[in-house]
Amino acid sequence: MHGRPRKAPKPEDSAALAAKSQKLRSLQSQFLSFHHGCTYSKEALETSAKLLEINPENYTAWNYRKLAVEHNVNECGTDPDSIKSIFDEELRVVENALRQNFKSYGAWHHRKWVLSKGHSSMNRELMLLDVFQKLDSRNFHAWNYRRFVTTLMNRSLEDELKYTENMIEINFSNYSAWHNRSILLSKQLKEKDKGLSFQDVLSKEYNFVRDALFTDPDDQSGWFYHLWLLEQTIQCEAPLLLSSWPANGADLIISGNGCIHAATGLLSGLPIDLKRFPLILYFNQSVEGIDSSTVNVEAEIYSNKDLTWKPLSPRNSCTSRVWVAYTDLSGIDLSSLSPQRIRVRLGHCAGIMSSNGFHLNKPVNIEYSIAGKYIEIEPSERQENEIFSWTDDDSYNSGELDESSPIALYMQAVEDNHEAAASGWHIDIVTEEINHFRDLLTIADCKIGKLTLARLLIARDGMISPLRNKMAHSEEVLDLYRDLIKLDPPHSKFYKDQSSLVLLQQLISSRKALLKYCFSYKGFKSSQSVDSLVCLRLNNLSLSRVGSFEKLLWVQFLDLSDNELHSIEGLEALQLLSCLNLRNNKIASFSALEPLRSLKSLRALNISYNEIGSHPVDTRRYLFTSPISHSGDISWKRDEDLPDGVSMENYWEAFIVFKDLDLVQMDIAGNPVADEKFQSFLVKISPALKWLDGQNLH
Amino acid sequence: MTEAHPQIDPTNFDLIVLGTGLPESLIAAAASSAGKSVLHLDPNPFYGSHFASLSPDDLSAFLSSSSSPHPPSFPGDDPATVGLATLPLYSDVQISSSSPEVIEEHCRKFSLDLAGPKVLFCADKAVDAILKFGTNHYLEFKAIDASYICIEKGKLMKVPDSRSAIFKDKNLSLMEKNQLMKFFKLVQQHLDPDEDGSAKVSEEDLETPFSEFLGKIGLQQKIKSIIMYSIAMADHNQDNVDISEDILRTKDGIDRLALFHSSMGRFPNASGALIYPSYGQGELPQAFCRRAAVKRCLYVLRMPVVALHIDQDDGQYRGIKLASGQDLFSPRLVLDPSFVVPSQVGSSVEEPVKIRSQKDAEAKVARGICITRASLMPDVSNLLVIYPPRSLCPEQDTAVRVLQLGSTSAVCPPGMFLLYLSAICSDSSQGKTLLNAAITAVEVSQISERNAMNKNEDAEVEKPFILWKATYIQKLCMGKYGSITSTPSSDGNLNYNDLMDATEKLFHSLYPDEAFFPEATSPGNT
Repeated sequence: MHGRPRKAPKPEDSAALAAKSQKLRSLQSQFLSFHHGCTYSKEALETSAKLLEINPENYTAWNYRKLAVEHNVNECGTDPDSIKSIFDEELRVVENALRQNFKSYGAWHHRKWVLSKGHSSMNRELMLLDVFQKLDSRNFHAWNYRRFVTTLMNRSLEDELKYTENMIEINFSNYSAWHNRSILLSKQLKEKDKGLSFQDVLSKEYNFVRDALFTDPDDQSGWFYHLWLLEQTIQCEAPLLLSSWPANGADLIISGNGCIHAATGLLSGLPIDLKRFPLILYFNQSVEGIDSSTVNVEAEIYSNKDLTWKPLSPRNSCTSRVWVAYTDLSGIDLSSLSPQRIRVRLGHCAGIMSSNGFHLNKPVNIEYSIAGKYIEIEPSERQENEIFSWTDDDSYNSGELDESSPIALYMQAVEDNHEAAASGWHIDIVTEEINHFRDLLTIADCKIGKLTLARLLIARDGMISPLRNKMAHSEEVLDLYRDLIKLDPPHSKFYKDQSSLVLLQQLISSRKALLKYCFSYKGFKSSQSVDSLVCLRLNNLSLSRVGSFEKLLWVQFLDLSDNELHSIEGLEALQLLSCLNLRNNKIASFSALEPLRSLKSLRALNISYNEIGSHPVDTRRYLFTSPISHSGDISWKRDEDLPDGVSMENYWEAFIVFKDLDLVQMDIAGNPVADEKFQSFLVKISPALKWLDGQNLH
Repeated sequence: MTEAHPQIDPTNFDLIVLGTGLPESLIAAAASSAGKSVLHLDPNPFYGSHFASLSPDDLSAFLSSSSSPHPPSFPGDDPATVGLATLPLYSDVQISSSSPEVIEEHCRKFSLDLAGPKVLFCADKAVDAILKFGTNHYLEFKAIDASYICIEKGKLMKVPDSRSAIFKDKNLSLMEKNQLMKFFKLVQQHLDPDEDGSAKVSEEDLETPFSEFLGKIGLQQKIKSIIMYSIAMADHNQDNVDISEDILRTKDGIDRLALFHSSMGRFPNASGALIYPSYGQGELPQAFCRRAAVKRCLYVLRMPVVALHIDQDDGQYRGIKLASGQDLFSPRLVLDPSFVVPSQVGSSVEEPVKIRSQKDAEAKVARGICITRASLMPDVSNLLVIYPPRSLCPEQDTAVRVLQLGSTSAVCPPGMFLLYLSAICSDSSQGKTLLNAAITAVEVSQISERNAMNKNEDAEVEKPFILWKATYIQKLCMGKYGSITSTPSSDGNLNYNDLMDATEKLFHSLYPDEAFFPEATSPGNT
């Protein structure tokens, strides 16, 4: 079926086509009259069968036949022979239709329907499938149907695995067969009681697919399977808690205005919403089952069962790498709160599970303390009235932040919690693959081989030191991506994204490295906490994506300006974020800003000089994993009055992102969307806004 | 004697053909298809002459009678009638049996090929001829299921001859798999008419020795051997340019690979590239004879020709005298290669029809046939084994090919197998040495395969593996065109391609205006 050249139709072909459509039309009208009259006679059935043999895509006809079968089965009572003959006739019609077009969805679906009634022999189905799978071994309909039939007849996984193995041996470019293999193996690996070791199964599969990759590195099917294997290898490790806010061992002091202090001084200096003091858990893979029964928080000031855990996942799913629970400190008199020890215990009972069914690798205890502090002057009032000066470099101190500064000490506490992971078979498997693909790349200049090697190296570094993220191979990985960007321009954006993530990981791999990017902000003339307003400046690094958020949970003030960001996926983990500078990036739509929706502490946002609005129809939106869904809490009172000439339809994406934020300062200039109408719209939906593009609104 | 022989009527023909080997049968079929009146005679009681398939007894008898010269039996008084002599085509015939009673019991169930081992490539000229002559109705083929090559220390490895075979292979390293597949792709690109010049092998490279070219693109010795001997089926040592007389050029090598690959999957029911006719290769000439008979060719077996009639004026051939005493006349005569064209035939300017594989007039082919008790490989009955030069012994200069056929090909009783061996050699002792070394090697590998399968069958090991064995040396004779035409003998190749070419040339010399292949009939299934 593959690689057939397209031919221009000849005149006699078009004549035949015209005759065919004439015949089809008359059959169709005849059929419809039977259908509307609910006629299920033999003649009527034959008409629909004829119609379907010519055009198997006629869904109405298939549905009619379903009605007819139900009607006729009721008519003939309990005689098993006549019931069977009714269903056999359906199978015959489907088979003829499939011979006409064996990619017809309607026909395959009808066959499933007939089979699910349980009056037909399954063995015959397997024989039929063998015929179809010989004709076109990659036909995914047939493979789909095969899975359906083999599940119905309880065929053993081993038999089916053997079958896919044979199909792959006949032609290892058969993507459908590889795909089926991955489905079967997933099932097999979930049947843990059979005593299969992941290690044996996976290393056997690596050997199997390696033969395909080396025989023909240009064929993609095997590479996809290899990618899946690598994913399984990583995921069959138990999930691990990477970091939390507050960190284990942290002693925090919170003042009544919402500023967070450590023993030696202000941590970062921007106030947070005391009603939503976050407790954040950051895992190395998506987990589910975080709730008040699996995570036990012992505290005197609030009760464990009041905590509601929420996944910070852009998708509407119940699994996420980041989970948050908010505590309300607003009702507590912080000025007299003595240090409270808070113990967070998780993993002591089962329930926290990765998508592959692994439980947390070991129980984790996080202990920290919170105390209150009385502050005479309330600096927050003044700050909220003051404008951030984004672009002026003089606003940031020039030297590195001191190792003895409160934030450096906090980071040290985070780092001390991390320990190197033990070696394991995962690492051995990945190391072996790395060696093989380094060999392959010496003899074949193969794009997907380079990409795979880069992925393997990243995976290995992540396995060896999941918490510190010491990137032993980051230079090699960055070189590979540089090559790929040159070799494969159509996908250069993807490679650029991947290398940005690695670069960022490398730049902030240790506390010392991270401190180089921490500056204290001096932009407020009247502020008293001059040296304690810490800004993490990752500006001007040509980043197109950002990551490594597990190390940045404490960040309140983030400068990502002058990069090439087109997405800020993952930024939702930074729950304390109050001030975000995205000036001069490549954000092309409001939907790319969706992570901001869950950053309730955000007060100042600079998205000026991006590309929002430059594409009237944002086709790239679908590249992001989280297109904004229409479901959920989106409400807009239609009658709410908008400024003249402003139509909601044009700005609904902006509305969804900004409506629940309490932004005080916003910079949007330099985007195609930012005209007067839009500005007036923004002002309308953001009642707290005081500064727009440097202009005081009041 | 006259009672035993029927009278032939008419007595004048366009063409008389003596011998029913494959080239003679093809000429008879082609000539009768072209509307010529043809008489096809054979002194033997069976079809096929030197291409026949016979029982062990008949084969022994035929080999011994054809290994000594037969002087003319016709008293030569009349200068216009010259007695016809034969020359021995075979020498050094050795036949032995370790279990004569077993062979005796099943004697009629064997059909042993005189000119083995030979198979057909699904896309070769012989298959085309079979389809075009419509002889496929008389034939049935079995696939050769697997080929093996001896790479190191007598160890046999399955020939990785396709993309999926390379993928499945357990002997090649990952790097070797990559190299081999890369080479297959290179050949594919070279042959692809849609590819532009840059993807092609350069003209210069096409003229260099194949082995040199393979080295130049970075292939290791093991991969080179696999390509040259088990896919391109080279005979002589390709890495010894000075000594070896038969060096494949890159162009030939690529052509042979192309033949191999276009053979794979030509017929849906033959999985590999090679097929073998059920009941033995003797079926092939017989099928062409049947085709000729349909086109009114007249057949008489058991009819020796004792003498030729020569025109006294110009010394030209005029007719033949049969053993029955009858005289028959034709303007043209075709003889099989065992007959000596009498020197009295005047002005016979004989033109040898040269083909590449028969450059060396002195070359011989050593052939061996073994009847064995077990298959060389468990679960595979029809298979081919290649011993490339130097794999059996350091002196080995030519590849030895071994073809095993089982009872599914209807050539032996169930539970037994036939092994055919052949090697090109320059003298008989060299040929015998190669055959014996190969026979020893297959015995050894059979024992090790069996031991690998079941380790505790001591009783089985006692029985001899080889029940019956024949080895002989066959002369390689070129086809010659003259006033009397001689057909070529069976060659040392695995397939019939060169023989087909030579036969076609002879036919065109005989009948320059006639098509060798008649109008194509619709190709059927094998």
